[in-house]
Amino acid sequence: MSADIEKEMWTSKLRKGWQKNLPIEKLLPDTQPAYVASWIYLFGVATLAALGVIVASGLVLSFEGASWYHYSSVGHFVNSMHFWSVQFFFIFMVVHLWGKFWMAAWRGRRLLTWITGALAFVGSIATAFTGYLIQTNFDSQWISYEAKDGFNSVGIGSRFNVTNFGQMILLHVAFLPVIIGVITLIHVLLVRAKGVVPPIDAFNNELGERK
Amino acid sequence: MGIFHHFMNLKAVYIHWGWFQISITNLLVILFMLVLFGLALVLPFPGNKKGKDQK
Repeated sequence: MSADIEKEMWTSKLRKGWQKNLPIEKLLPDTQPAYVASWIYLFGVATLAALGVIVASGLVLSFEGASWYHYSSVGHFVNSMHFWSVQFFFIFMVVHLWGKFWMAAWRGRRLLTWITGALAFVGSIATAFTGYLIQTNFDSQWISYEAKDGFNSVGIGSRFNVTNFGQMILLHVAFLPVIIGVITLIHVLLVRAKGVVPPIDAFNNELGERK
Repeated sequence: MGIFHHFMNLKAVYIHWGWFQISITNLLVILFMLVLFGLALVLPFPGNKKGKDQK
């Protein structure tokens, strides 16, 4: 295969683009700027850690089933772990959002990072909502019958039927986690490619200009 | 199951200010996040010494 043909291939373009924008030194850095030494910069990775616990405990729940997590002690524990890791996931994500909002984290060509973060937040709300609908208890029954009126009133009840347990459980354990996973992966890769946003009053050491 | 289990099964208590209504639980969660945000801004980070030459 000649070099000219190789240049035209999408694999070649992707490889070159990746190497240019996200070399391995950026993807797996061992140092960070001095301003990152603050507690406020920890909430993004805390959110990721909570997401890891959510996925792990959710996998156990899906393998063992509702009769296990409703009636056994270990099932109660894993069910509670899934619930509380979601609570902390949202708490960490909201504090992360507040921190990034007040430091205007979309600066420095980071708009797509901000947008993917917003999409992850909205997608997480949808995922958590479907989780509440598939608890298989009176709580989920109450929530679904209250929510159906809202969805019907905006005309999407026939496609997104919150009282359809089969649809909600598949959305919760298959479709939405994949969406959240992909958005989160893109978000993290963008953070690595663009670097952590500096404080608003930080100076660019090389250029002597504000970032 | 104990006190905690009993507490988790109680009916939610709501507070009102005119048109605004919120459960005590949700209010506590929001206050917790605000406190966490404030502490993250003011608490010193371990190993972050001013003047230290960091990359």
